[in-house]
Amino acid sequence: MSELTSISHSNHDDHHHHHKETFITKYIFSQDHKMIAKQYLILGVLFMGFIGVAMSLLFRLQLAWPEQSFAVFDIFLGDWAPEGVMDPNIYLALVTIHGTIMVFFVLTAGLSGTFSNLLIPLQIGARDMASGLLNMISFWLFFLSSMIMLASLFVEAGPAAAGWTIYPPLSALPQTQPGSGMGMTLWLISMAIFVASSLLGSLNYIVTVINLRTKGMSMFRLPLTIWAFFVTAIIGVISFPVLLSAALLLIMDRSFGTSFFLSDIFVQGEVLHYQGGSPVLFEHLFWFLGHPEVYIVLLPALGITSEIIATSSRKPIFGYRAMVASILAIAFLSTVVWGHHMFISGMNPFLGSVFTFTTLLIAIPSAVKAFNYITTLWKGNLQFNPGMLFSIGLVSTFITGGLTGIILGDSTLDINIHDTYFVVAHFHLVMGISALYGLFAGVYHWFPKLFGTMMNKNLGYIHFWITAISAYGVFFPMHFIGMAGLPRRYYTNTAFPYFDDLANINVVITVFALLAGAAQLVFLYNFIHSMFFGKKAEQNPWRSNTMEWTAPVEHIHGNWPGEIPHVHRWAYDYSKPGQDEDFVLQTTPIQKGEIETEH
Amino acid sequence: MTLLLTLAILILTGVAFWQISKIFELSQMGRKKDDSQIATEKDNDLNGKLMFAFLVFIYAVTIYSFWSYSKVLLPESASAHGPAYDTLLWISFAIILFAQTITQAVLHVFAYKYRGINNRKAYFYTHNNTLEFVWTIIPAIIFFVLIIYGMVTWGNIMNIEEDEDALVIELYAQQWNWKARYGGEDNVLGDANVRFLNDFDGKNSVGIDSSDPNGMDDIVVSQEFHLPVDRKVIFKFRSQDVLHSAYMPHFRAQMNCVPGMITEFSFTPTITTADMRMNSDVVDKVNRINKIRYENSKELTANGEEALEPYQFDYLLLCAKICGSSHYNMQMKIVVESEKDYEKWLSQQKTFSEIIQ
Repeated sequence: MSELTSISHSNHDDHHHHHKETFITKYIFSQDHKMIAKQYLILGVLFMGFIGVAMSLLFRLQLAWPEQSFAVFDIFLGDWAPEGVMDPNIYLALVTIHGTIMVFFVLTAGLSGTFSNLLIPLQIGARDMASGLLNMISFWLFFLSSMIMLASLFVEAGPAAAGWTIYPPLSALPQTQPGSGMGMTLWLISMAIFVASSLLGSLNYIVTVINLRTKGMSMFRLPLTIWAFFVTAIIGVISFPVLLSAALLLIMDRSFGTSFFLSDIFVQGEVLHYQGGSPVLFEHLFWFLGHPEVYIVLLPALGITSEIIATSSRKPIFGYRAMVASILAIAFLSTVVWGHHMFISGMNPFLGSVFTFTTLLIAIPSAVKAFNYITTLWKGNLQFNPGMLFSIGLVSTFITGGLTGIILGDSTLDINIHDTYFVVAHFHLVMGISALYGLFAGVYHWFPKLFGTMMNKNLGYIHFWITAISAYGVFFPMHFIGMAGLPRRYYTNTAFPYFDDLANINVVITVFALLAGAAQLVFLYNFIHSMFFGKKAEQNPWRSNTMEWTAPVEHIHGNWPGEIPHVHRWAYDYSKPGQDEDFVLQTTPIQKGEIETEH
Repeated sequence: MTLLLTLAILILTGVAFWQISKIFELSQMGRKKDDSQIATEKDNDLNGKLMFAFLVFIYAVTIYSFWSYSKVLLPESASAHGPAYDTLLWISFAIILFAQTITQAVLHVFAYKYRGINNRKAYFYTHNNTLEFVWTIIPAIIFFVLIIYGMVTWGNIMNIEEDEDALVIELYAQQWNWKARYGGEDNVLGDANVRFLNDFDGKNSVGIDSSDPNGMDDIVVSQEFHLPVDRKVIFKFRSQDVLHSAYMPHFRAQMNCVPGMITEFSFTPTITTADMRMNSDVVDKVNRINKIRYENSKELTANGEEALEPYQFDYLLLCAKICGSSHYNMQMKIVVESEKDYEKWLSQQKTFSEIIQ
């Protein structure tokens, strides 16, 4: 604490004297939250995201043109694609690692890591995170975890291939598939380290938000971004340890002969010794994290959207307190709905009714959020910067994807579409695409804060519109092949003549997927180019109210030269009557005769 | 060849995007007047209109998908509980399509209508408790009705009463095929465990306990299993190695097969295979599939390979839970027929005691 107080009390000059930065302390082992945010962005989002998306394009090629020879397979898969034809085991491995990378590395670590780190101190008025050291360790554990996950791609028998949910016994027994050998071991080690990284990060976010808010920044003056990051961190702390325990028990079953998840198994002519365990227990443990994980991915994206929609509509966010209440309600309910992944797992059907009830309840706060976004647009003066387009895109895909959740969350209806492509379409729209849109929105909006330069808006427009069209092109038809009865994670559907008439739909989906992939190259180019050659940013380019825009464009250690500004109002005084400008910084004192906005 | 061409086109399209965006940027550089990278009134106008166009696009995709892809959906259900399932599904669909149409319209129309104009001030509007109450309570009521409806249906489907008349069948999963076991004369399945799989030189393919007299008349079949129409079937599911999921989409039935435990599901088949083949949706689907297979066969025979066999409709048992390399090809044929035909078929199968002799 003494270090903290010394930081927050010291002034600008002190910093320059006290912190002689070398290249290593500034760019590599940095404890500065802004640098760590950039590290997460580049490793978690750009690098891991590139790999995750590229993998999906590879298996989409296989699905559209099954068992055909492709030069790209030959190049990237080598022995796993004899004569350029993808091996079924590698198809499953690609699906597994695509899911793992996108859910955990890109949309959990990448998204929260970038924006919680960047925005929590800057938007609440803190010099840095509560513990810069833990923050640095968190990133480097994430780095280690990423490298181990990538190393698993070079194991001879291939990486983990049991699906991102790694249900045992498939994941526990190397005899059942090649991917459950060394590849699975590395997956488990990587995820165990990942959980440690995530916990350190989350604890830091929670402590920082509770303790380090500047004077005047009461909880109900916090921007919704911070509310979202804060609650996300709390869900993470509650649920991630359960994944760790599941992973540890699985490691025990795999390596030390225990029977937590295994019983009565016969593989390759041999009766195994396992007795008394249950794979259903693993499913419970996994989804106790797995479902909150959906909101760990989604809430930060919704927080970012709240901020950008308000700023770019030049209007207060509609129903601030309802938004906070929905975040809290979603967070609470997210921990009691995991069973809807297990309606037909063999658990007691009575539980199915309970989980149907809680699951459909969670749709209510979600609906409130969607309505509030839409009302925020009403009578606004919308500024269509790329960040705003992606935010509106998020609301659109969140609605489309969320609505089909009403079908999947109903235990009865789940019976016949469970583990079909209907599920794939649903969760990609509601959490995959929506969260990615939130991520993109955040990158476009806070790029000036991250790198001091502006991203090119026209490239941003091209990026958005192609992505938006392709996203619907990929996932809308996918609902139909699911309702036609096609199960997911099929290497090809040619084994069933019954599905022959779905082949052309698969081609359509793949073409749109490739188009979407191409659009991301535009983003990548824009990002890298703008980083180095982009136009210099003004201090507050979007004419925003939040505190990060009162900090200088050039990054300095401690964020503000001199005293940290105090906060006098909520974050959403946009277009307030009686003001000259259509925005009022949170740091602007209430003027004479002005009434503080009741919200 | 077509494949190569398609790929080449896609890659070239990607390159074209890249190039166009570069040109786009260069042309921007030349002007210098406005490189602020912040949306101008013109940008707002263009993107606002595109938002409206996007609404049209969403509707178009929806209409096209329903118009063009509805025909691939599952035909009418072939089980007694199926119609209740389908009704609930289509009621839910009607509700979400209605909500989707309205909310997307409002979202995109607002985006279009309130696109930014310089010097216009937005309307300062922070909250409205009545409004928020209304749109909390309306979804709540709708969901409440759906929950109750769903729970009742779920209760009916999952309530498995062991009545005397019901046929008990075990579906046995392994990497990567299915077997079905009938109780035989006594309609009682003998005890079984993976420990017994190696008994009788591997002839004991589902691990029946030979010391249990109930098991001696059990009948184990692979490739296809038969069900008598209009008689309740109670399925008991087992797996010997990893998780599998017994998915019978035409009967609106699915249940996981979990090593170490026995799971259950029950339904009454109502339409025989022969009758289902006459169903007009199925006839259309089979014709469509055979047309595709005929086209594909032409290509195959041109390369000196064998032509594809014409397809005939059959009920299917598929695996829906990832289970390893041949997950995509773990299937069994289900034949629903009259009680008489079923008995005849069953009498031709060998019992366990016959197999192990």
